[in-house]
Amino acid sequence: MSIRPLSRPDPDQLLAKIIEDADEQDSRVERHGKLRIYFGSSAGVGKTYAMLQAGKRRANDGVNVLIGIVETHGRSETAALVDGLALLPRKKFGHHGKSIDEFDIDAALVAKPDLILVDEFAHTNATGSRHPKRWQDVDELLNAGMDVFTTLNVQHLESLNDVIGGITGIRVNETVPDKIFDAANEVILVDITAEELLARLKAGKVYLPQQAERAAKNFFRKGNLMALREIALRRTADRVEDDVEAYRDKESINQVWKTDAALLACIGTSGSESVVRSAARLAGEFGGRWHAVYVETPALQRLSMTKREQILGALKLAESLGATTAVLSGEVIASVLIDYARQHNFSRIVLGRHAPSSRLSRLFRGRYLHERIAAMRLDIDLIEVSTKQSPSHPPSTDPASPITTSTKRIHWRAYIVTTLACLATTLLATPLVDKLDLANIVMFFLLVVVFVAVKYGRAPAAFAAVFGVLLFDFFFVPPRFSFAVSDVQYLLTFAVMLAVGLITGQLTASLRYQVRVAASRESRARLLYEFSRDLSGALQVEQVVTTTTTLLEPTFRAQIALLLPDKNDRLTASASLPNSVANNATTSASFPQLDMAIAQWSFDKNEIAGYATDTLPSNPFRYIPLKAPMRVRGVLAVRPDNPSLLLMPEQTRQLETYAVLIAIALERIHYVDVAQGALVNIESEKLRNNLLAAMSHDLRTPLTAMIGLAESLSLTNNQNTNTSAEIGHNLAQEARRMATLVENLLDMARIQSGNIRLKREWLPIEEVIGAAIQSVKAAVATRQVKVELAAHLPLIEIDAVLIERVLANLIENAAKFSSPDSMITISAAVKANQFSVAVIDAGTGIAEKMMSTIFDKFSRGENESIIHGVGLGLAICRAIVEAHGGKISAANNMIQGATFTFLLPLGTPPTIDTSHDEI
Amino acid sequence: MTEPIRVAVIVEDEPQIRRFVRAALEAEHWRVFEAATLKHGLTEAGTRKPDLIVLDLGLPDGNGVDFIRDVRGWSNVPIMVLSARSDEIDKVLALDAGADDYLTKPFGVAELMARVRANIRRKHVQGEDNIETSVFSFGDVIVDQAARIVKRNNNEVHLTPIEYRLLCQLISNVGRVLTHRHLLREVWGPSHADSSHYLRVYMSHLRQKLEDDPAQPKHILTETAVGYRLVM
Repeated sequence: MSIRPLSRPDPDQLLAKIIEDADEQDSRVERHGKLRIYFGSSAGVGKTYAMLQAGKRRANDGVNVLIGIVETHGRSETAALVDGLALLPRKKFGHHGKSIDEFDIDAALVAKPDLILVDEFAHTNATGSRHPKRWQDVDELLNAGMDVFTTLNVQHLESLNDVIGGITGIRVNETVPDKIFDAANEVILVDITAEELLARLKAGKVYLPQQAERAAKNFFRKGNLMALREIALRRTADRVEDDVEAYRDKESINQVWKTDAALLACIGTSGSESVVRSAARLAGEFGGRWHAVYVETPALQRLSMTKREQILGALKLAESLGATTAVLSGEVIASVLIDYARQHNFSRIVLGRHAPSSRLSRLFRGRYLHERIAAMRLDIDLIEVSTKQSPSHPPSTDPASPITTSTKRIHWRAYIVTTLACLATTLLATPLVDKLDLANIVMFFLLVVVFVAVKYGRAPAAFAAVFGVLLFDFFFVPPRFSFAVSDVQYLLTFAVMLAVGLITGQLTASLRYQVRVAASRESRARLLYEFSRDLSGALQVEQVVTTTTTLLEPTFRAQIALLLPDKNDRLTASASLPNSVANNATTSASFPQLDMAIAQWSFDKNEIAGYATDTLPSNPFRYIPLKAPMRVRGVLAVRPDNPSLLLMPEQTRQLETYAVLIAIALERIHYVDVAQGALVNIESEKLRNNLLAAMSHDLRTPLTAMIGLAESLSLTNNQNTNTSAEIGHNLAQEARRMATLVENLLDMARIQSGNIRLKREWLPIEEVIGAAIQSVKAAVATRQVKVELAAHLPLIEIDAVLIERVLANLIENAAKFSSPDSMITISAAVKANQFSVAVIDAGTGIAEKMMSTIFDKFSRGENESIIHGVGLGLAICRAIVEAHGGKISAANNMIQGATFTFLLPLGTPPTIDTSHDEI
Repeated sequence: MTEPIRVAVIVEDEPQIRRFVRAALEAEHWRVFEAATLKHGLTEAGTRKPDLIVLDLGLPDGNGVDFIRDVRGWSNVPIMVLSARSDEIDKVLALDAGADDYLTKPFGVAELMARVRANIRRKHVQGEDNIETSVFSFGDVIVDQAARIVKRNNNEVHLTPIEYRLLCQLISNVGRVLTHRHLLREVWGPSHADSSHYLRVYMSHLRQKLEDDPAQPKHILTETAVGYRLVM
């Protein structure tokens, strides 16, 4: 019996799981919607029906269900299900004179139901819609927190498109990336047997579009249907297996320890799309990551523009199927591939299979790629896949791009110069024919070949070699002026000359290529360096803008606009043309195609949008969000003169690098501004406080003297006339009133300056109430003050000085508006989770018209002429209470007088441990 | 009545304030010396053997707190501080440095003299024999410190040890403002200087046991954000 090793889950895997779960929880907070796909083998299996039934059930459970878009195709059973569910009106698109109804995503986002039914997941939207594909619409709905039910046929799955196209002879253009399918929360297979489906077809229960009827009839053959059903079942089973595995991971049930099943797909010149699809499928089956790369060699550089675009298209397809893509450059494909594989830790390489070739051509071409790789690295698995083109692949009929013709023109010039050079050499060498050996004259021609090779590359060099041989033969080899050769050994000379010419041409041409690659890499690096250097020196946003436009516009030969958000996170165009910081109007004038709405979308979603992306690809600008560590800082809009530039992965990546640099520079400037602002604030606050302190001292000192002197007058003069004592007394009283006024004004100034700093402490409220009553004893005079405290009041965390001031002001106010023999009641209680303190008087009450403004500055009760005061007291009360996070209000009592109440948040008082204080 | 003449030193830079404080004190037969600066004030305090120092905290030539520390180095003379209202911190610092009481500007003559009398009385009480001071009364409360008995309206009131210690602190400093810090240090010990909510809760218990209306105390008064004071 062998001892099994303890089954322990891989800590990395567990960690990944935890992070994933955390992400899930995060998204739950944002209410990320759930996607359910009704999946079927072909049209007519009843997906829409099943979806509607489920929707109806949910609606009956009280869920808010909305039909986003459903095609009933006039089938009564289906139409009956639609009844009773809310239906979203469709949006009309004018398209070539025809009107097309489309799903209205904006209306759906506004309606925001709990669950939305969206038929035909793979549908391609009419041009002018927000997203080219409906699944992208659905993605947005999910992000907005709605659950979505949708339907999908197996043939619309991207990775199965080829296979099914091969089986049925019909390829569809409407595809959904597998990663979207795999990411769906639920996939429900709607399955019926082929026989039943055919029966339904006969009964006319399957909708077929009229134009495609004949093709569709071909499609609905029993063999096809069975194959499709099998594929659909298997694909669903794959998913179920993934789910089970994910479950096992989570429950840490022992599983096979997976090695890294990463795949590297090498895109070649032909059939690259099939390689990509196969690799995607394989990667899906292995459950690993995969990369797709294209190695550009000198030879491949000379490919026509259409071929290149095909290759770039394959790269883009790979990206959409979930691959990381790269364009590599190098001399030998095999070694570049192996280097890449080693760097990224790939153990499997997927290659397209070459058509079998004759022995002769093999000799000529040398070894195939897979043989080379196999020879160089034994530890790499090679997977060869068929590169057979799918049937309905249209032959590319793109007209040659202008660049191709311009390169051709260059070639013609090269050949003319080569011809002239050869002829000139002949002319120069003719007078020397008697003085030099023929072997040395050959040297001249070889020199020309080398020169041409260096200047124009391989093909003109070969031409120079051949033409040189001919000229040499005709003009110099006896018999001269004829192609006849008298001495057989000259044939050897020709052969050597030809060989040397060709080899030199080849070598110099690759040298040139290397130089060019190195130069372009160097210039890229230099530019990046210069750019980051200039940006790091920028201290203002304007400098970033100027640097960006002046450096990037020539580099990418593009129009560049840097769009920055304002305070409300709305983007404004900040810059455009070099040497001018343009405002919004001129930007939209100079960039008529620049769409601020797309830019805003990109900014809000932090996703790339515009040209050749998933979102609004018809706009010529590409919008790249400037993502800094803390947040998105703006959007970089780029419109290259040659739009295909944006299809090149390395160019895109470079642009993104620049975007990151810009974002970081903007963020740095932002924080520098914040820091400076804080410094200015601190300084100005200091200044303000000093000023207030000085004012308070300067005003108080004379007032103190006045009060004191006036009082001593009234005290010391008691033996004199009563009048002077009275005058002294009145003086003192007025001076005190003035002191109160000064106090209020200073307090208001302090509060108005914006930052009252609370010195909060936990204390029993009665202490503050007692202190407040004590401080206004003079104003209360003969009035009776009653304090009613609820039992077991908790401690409250307040600034005692300020709350005492509130209470004192309220009590003083109560005294001011009530008769000298009335009663003032102060009560404190906990009401509705808030600490409530009320001051109740039996005075004149508050006039109706004063109610709304009573806490405003300089507003007062009636009888202004009788009672003194400026009405700052209540405004100060409100400011203090609000600084505590509370509320203050006033109301008239039922019978007489008014009640002023303020509410304060309770908080969690500290516990008082009295256990050690035993008696 | 052959009461000895008491001596007061006023340290205040504002002549009008000096003038009325002097007038008020002289009306109660004090001998008053004035100083307009801290430096001069220190000389006066050292040479006149005062029974009271009235000190303005906001003098232009230095920190009043340092002055208090200086004086406390060699004298227990009551120091009454005059201060502006908005800076409780200054008051606390002055009291912790050894000042006995404070008055907030603007203040009246009556307030000033009431405080002066209270402080002098305490000094007087402290100066007398221990046996006589062991029984202390305020309002309807009688505290017999020798017997450790507290009575209110002739009924014994039960105090916990901390409440009793707190009361003793107040009694031995009657009329004087005791800062939170001071009370916490004296009653709970130096490690509790920051738990002022304990002090407030115990003070509240004490009021409930000894005051008629704890929310409107007549004897155990709150000096908001500064401390407490016991008045007779």
